[in-house]
Amino acid sequence: MTSQNKKIVATLLILAFLIAAVPLFALKGAEFGGSDDAGSQMISEIQGTEYEPWFTPIMETFIDGELPGEVESLLFCIQTGIGVGVLAFFMGRFVERKKWQDKAKGERVR
Amino acid sequence: MKIHESEDLPFALRRIWLRAMTGCREVFLLYKDLPCERRSDEWESSEFGAYFIGTPFGYTFIPKKLGGKTERRMKMSKKEKRVMKLVIAFALAFGIVPSAYGMHIMEGYLPVGYCIAWGAVCVPFLAAGFFSIRKRLQENRKTITILAMSGAFIFVISSLKIPSVTGSCSHMTGTGLGALLFGPSAVSILGMIVLIFQAILLAHGGLTTLGANTFSMAIAGPFVSFGIYKLLKMLKVNKLVSIFLAAMIGDLFTYCVTAIQLALAYPSETGGIFASAVKFLGVFAPTQLPLAIIEGILTTVIIITLETYALPELKAVGFSKEVQ
Repeated sequence: MTSQNKKIVATLLILAFLIAAVPLFALKGAEFGGSDDAGSQMISEIQGTEYEPWFTPIMETFIDGELPGEVESLLFCIQTGIGVGVLAFFMGRFVERKKWQDKAKGERVR
Repeated sequence: MKIHESEDLPFALRRIWLRAMTGCREVFLLYKDLPCERRSDEWESSEFGAYFIGTPFGYTFIPKKLGGKTERRMKMSKKEKRVMKLVIAFALAFGIVPSAYGMHIMEGYLPVGYCIAWGAVCVPFLAAGFFSIRKRLQENRKTITILAMSGAFIFVISSLKIPSVTGSCSHMTGTGLGALLFGPSAVSILGMIVLIFQAILLAHGGLTTLGANTFSMAIAGPFVSFGIYKLLKMLKVNKLVSIFLAAMIGDLFTYCVTAIQLALAYPSETGGIFASAVKFLGVFAPTQLPLAIIEGILTTVIIITLETYALPELKAVGFSKEVQ
């Protein structure tokens, strides 16, 4: 990675982190509910009555009730974990391969 | 299965109309076939004409003058053509009902008719995505690593709920990366896998709204990303800037489509669909804007990294051409 790219990547990552973190501190006491829920509230508002979903998520049908918050966060973590695992695995291979290839190239020159 | 035989407009009339619309001197109607199939000698020898294509949204055409590249890209094997015909017929039968026509729309929040219609509209894209991925992998097995990484990127990004300026949380789509590297149709498959995972295990989105959500997140967003990237590339905008803008606008567009999908199903009593769309956009847009920027940033970062370490693979998928 060239040093210019390194700088770009570092700046961008810091920026991304700031955009995500600042609202949390700036808006003290905000609820931070999901915007999906905000959408369903808007439906009730437009319709004038509480909307009754005609289908419940199948997980909730299986366990007879809403998914506990802790378990939901577990499942979200699993999703993130699978993704990060795959990304990191291949990235690691690529980085090592590049090192090895650069080395091989260097030896040939010598 | 011949899907276009119910063509009711008189042949001559349609010919005149097409001639006017395409600006071509001659127009050959190929409506019994998908593009590039069974072209007559007459068609081969003339430099004018237009491909006539059945899409999920009706018929469209590509003037032959522009078609050189398109023609090559759209060549499919016989079997693939047959499947594409079938699914397009399916989409036409269920998807295009003129009068019957959400972040993820919650389970059970969309009337049955809409669920089926959006699902049907997705099917041709998914089929095209399946063929495009298969073809890519047949050409070069190595690209599977990048495909897996694009999928994993969507997995990670769409599981992170991030606080936003409006005081509510939302998450990103992550579909921009795959769209830039593999083309938009391939992403429709990757996106749908993530949506199924979330719908079954997380009660996030839903099985009944899968079609609508797939359309907004895995089809509309990626297509916009891809289009914007190509456009900016043509205008010779800086590559990193184009990647950033493509991913960002694609993400925002996903949410616009969601708002419109909800508005179509729940038109406001006073202002109709439009007023309703504005209301839903009001919920999604301000929350999503900062997140869209983050998505643009992350996509740019990962592409810089991939270009540094995985240049051979990026060349294999046709993303990077020149050696750095």
